[in-house]
Amino acid sequence: MNPLATIGSAFMVFLGALGSLAMFAGNAVSHCVRPPLYPRLIGRQLLEIGYYSLPVVGLTTLFSGMVLALQSYTGFARFSAESAVATVVVLSMTRELAPVLAGLMVAGRVGAAMAAEIGTMRVTEQIDALTTLSTNPFKYLIAPRLIAGTVSLPILVLIGDIIGVFGGYVVGVYKLDFNAGTYIQSTVQYLEQVDVVSGLVKAGVFGFIVALMGCYHGFHSRGGAQGVGAATTNAVVTASIMILIANYAITEMFFSS
Amino acid sequence: MAEQPKIRIRNLHKRFGPKVVLNGLDLDVGVAESVVVIGGSGTGKSVLLKCILGLMEPDSGTIEIDGRNVVGLPRAEREAFMRKFGMLFQGGALFDSLPVWENVAFGLIQAQRMDRAKAREIALQKLAQVGLGEDVSKLSPSELSGGMQKRVSLARAIAAEPEIIFFDEPTTGLDPIMADVINDLIVKCVRELGASALSITHDMASARKIADRIAMLYEGKIIWAGPVADIDGSGNPYVDQFINGRAEGPIQMAVLRP
Ligand SMILES: Nc1ncnc2c1ncn2[C@@H]1O[C@H](COP(=O)(O)OP(=O)(O)OP(=O)(O)O)[C@@H](O)[C@H]1O
Ligand SMILES: [Mg+2]
Repeated sequence: MNPLATIGSAFMVFLGALGSLAMFAGNAVSHCVRPPLYPRLIGRQLLEIGYYSLPVVGLTTLFSGMVLALQSYTGFARFSAESAVATVVVLSMTRELAPVLAGLMVAGRVGAAMAAEIGTMRVTEQIDALTTLSTNPFKYLIAPRLIAGTVSLPILVLIGDIIGVFGGYVVGVYKLDFNAGTYIQSTVQYLEQVDVVSGLVKAGVFGFIVALMGCYHGFHSRGGAQGVGAATTNAVVTASIMILIANYAITEMFFSS
Repeated sequence: MAEQPKIRIRNLHKRFGPKVVLNGLDLDVGVAESVVVIGGSGTGKSVLLKCILGLMEPDSGTIEIDGRNVVGLPRAEREAFMRKFGMLFQGGALFDSLPVWENVAFGLIQAQRMDRAKAREIALQKLAQVGLGEDVSKLSPSELSGGMQKRVSLARAIAAEPEIIFFDEPTTGLDPIMADVINDLIVKCVRELGASALSITHDMASARKIADRIAMLYEGKIIWAGPVADIDGSGNPYVDQFINGRAEGPIQMAVLRP
């Protein structure tokens, strides 16, 4: 076997998959912007993706904020810069940690569930049945999930920002003996609008990615329970990787120069 | 046939990789006619229905619905044809996120934009026709037995009163009495709605009852088709072997014999 041929054919398969994902995404987005939409289904997905992810995202960001305060305090103490703790917590949370952690948690929780649900519908012919009942599966199944994913993650992340900063405050004031007023003041002092906005833009993109990968892998699953299992794994892995790549790209877009 | 058939299939080919499933299939279904396709397991009967419905793209050949070739039509135009169809899937394919009545009313609510209360009334009526009461209508499909799921699926297929109905093994998994009730119901749909029906079955008693015409699928082609009355005197050894259910004959099952 020629190793170059192997690499070449693997690359072609990769390009093919990328192309089909792009077509899928284009088709799905075109159904998100064309009526009729299904408000009832969008509502159900908002509940599923947004509301039921609150505990997970809340806990993750709470402890991240807390550990961030602790770590930066002990680290910064080495060059007597302890006063920067509050600023470090709020900037890290809003710019990076809240969106990325929420994105990854939701990918594991919601992306997997979507892939499993849609994959099961595929292998039990429910998607075919939708088509025969004159209902476009893109409109009925995929558009509501994409819309709900894109809308609900920024809201989750905004809540996560607040909880994370609160976690830092609790550790700062009750454990590290910062003065409460000073801590709050230095939290808001260096915070700019762009820090929060960039995090929310990231969250919207991540929500879209999670829903897209869940739907895509579910929709293309083949061959019974095993196929659905593979779709679930692939949905989580590809969504996580794409979130990290997109995270860099968006950071570059907002903060380079 | 003088008048234009409802469905006219010519030279249909479909393969999966090296495996040839349909190999030049011709079949007509007339207006308000009930055609039953018989044939061994795995000969491509379900694939045939999916090609007609546009769920699978055939490799070549034509499928005309009311005189219009639908093979290769863009999706949007295809959707217009879907409104003429009702389909009972072999595996039921009920939506397990919805209660039974919403499954039956789905086409009415989504495609025809009917009021939910009115659609529910029609759904309950269709469920009653397949012997399921109002108590069942609120259950989820996963709470039903296999035979009950089949009947719900049947009710869903006929709820929107389609022009063409496809039944993929409507009586498999039902007890003999319920099977006969379903047979009567299919006959009634065709007679009363004036619908054309294309059914698949292994059950010869059911085939004799619901069919105007029977067609036998073997090795990707229709090898015999004729009025139901002629089936016993077809003179075709393949048909004879199949309807009498004999292991010995021209059709050899690929099984290892001891
Ligand atoms: N999506 C698919 N991919 C690959 N092969 C398929 C696919 N669907 C069907 N086949 C193959 O096509 C052949 C015909 O399948 P089909 O489901 O039409 O059989 P059938 O005549 O309906 O049988 P049965 O009476 O058991 O339902 C089978 O050999 C099957 O393996
Ligand atoms: Mg079949």
